[in-house]
Amino acid sequence: MSSVIAATPEPGSAPSQRAAIAWRLATVVDVVTETPRARTLLLDVPGWPGHRAGQHVDVRLTADDGYQAERSYSIASAPEDPRIALTVLRLDDGEVSPYLNDVLRSGDRLELRGPIGGYFVWNVSLGGPLLLVAGGSGVVPLMAMLRHRAAAPGMANMPARHAVPARLLYSARRWEDVFYRAELTRLAEADGTLEVAFTLTDEAPPGWTGFGRRIDRMMLAEVAWPPAERPHVFVCGPTPMVEAVAATLVELGHDPARVKTERFGPTGGS
Amino acid sequence: MNGEALRLDGNAAGGILSEVFVPDVTAARATCASCGAMGEMGALLVYATGMGMVIRCPSCDAVVLRIARPRKQLWLDLTGVKCVVIP
Repeated sequence: MSSVIAATPEPGSAPSQRAAIAWRLATVVDVVTETPRARTLLLDVPGWPGHRAGQHVDVRLTADDGYQAERSYSIASAPEDPRIALTVLRLDDGEVSPYLNDVLRSGDRLELRGPIGGYFVWNVSLGGPLLLVAGGSGVVPLMAMLRHRAAAPGMANMPARHAVPARLLYSARRWEDVFYRAELTRLAEADGTLEVAFTLTDEAPPGWTGFGRRIDRMMLAEVAWPPAERPHVFVCGPTPMVEAVAATLVELGHDPARVKTERFGPTGGS
Repeated sequence: MNGEALRLDGNAAGGILSEVFVPDVTAARATCASCGAMGEMGALLVYATGMGMVIRCPSCDAVVLRIARPRKQLWLDLTGVKCVVIP
């Protein structure tokens, strides 16, 4: 049985949900441009019950004629952050993301329900090591885990993050497509127990020393902990990437029950 | 349409399932009526369309659950699930 099921409420984890998930009206309090095609909406959500890192929300848009479109977006912010952050990649043929990217501005309202999902979640009490593998915008729920790890209160005078070594392997097309570049660099520089590895599949800047290919078996073997250390693994990205990475990790000897996946479908944008 | 690319995780059905189940069922364990495999519903395979979702067993690919909202009504077919254990 997964320890997720047995998790008890504690700092950084929401109590188990026994109330129906209601649609709520959120207010956009700030907008941050992450990349040329993505921005983060910082939301104030009255009555928000708290969330766990890795959960998502459903966003619902209603047109004047009553037509509704719903999409799921992962939460990027830590449970410790009072504002809910959603980082939205703009899909040119999308029904929802162009509105969220091009039209919404501070003060606007947005209908959402959540937090949703008790499967793809992590908090510091689950321990580590923590291996996160992201493809494109799949980094969003993994960023919530890293932010939670950095913000969680410590135990026995030791910051919680030191008890949980973490590694992020993040695949993107180009450097300018990488979300949270400055924050990831800062987090890794300030924390000897966090390692961040990037791989750029399409184009690397001059002098690039990171990986420059799609995530493959050799890269996973190099970056991941040995299976004997039983890392908690979270993989998020476009469906084909997630399935290839998860299958390879199991081939390398990782326990399938500890490899959790979140597929973004065909439009993950890696 | 490429079925590969439309496949999602059971987690993606958490929103629409919350319209039926009050507790979060993505962390619940479901037993497949077809092959008897038991696993967390978040680890089932979801095939999403505009109208709803077909949720399949990762072990035998049988349909475990179908949920759809074609208009105002919500349709739920649970014939493929033998038992759900909600934590």
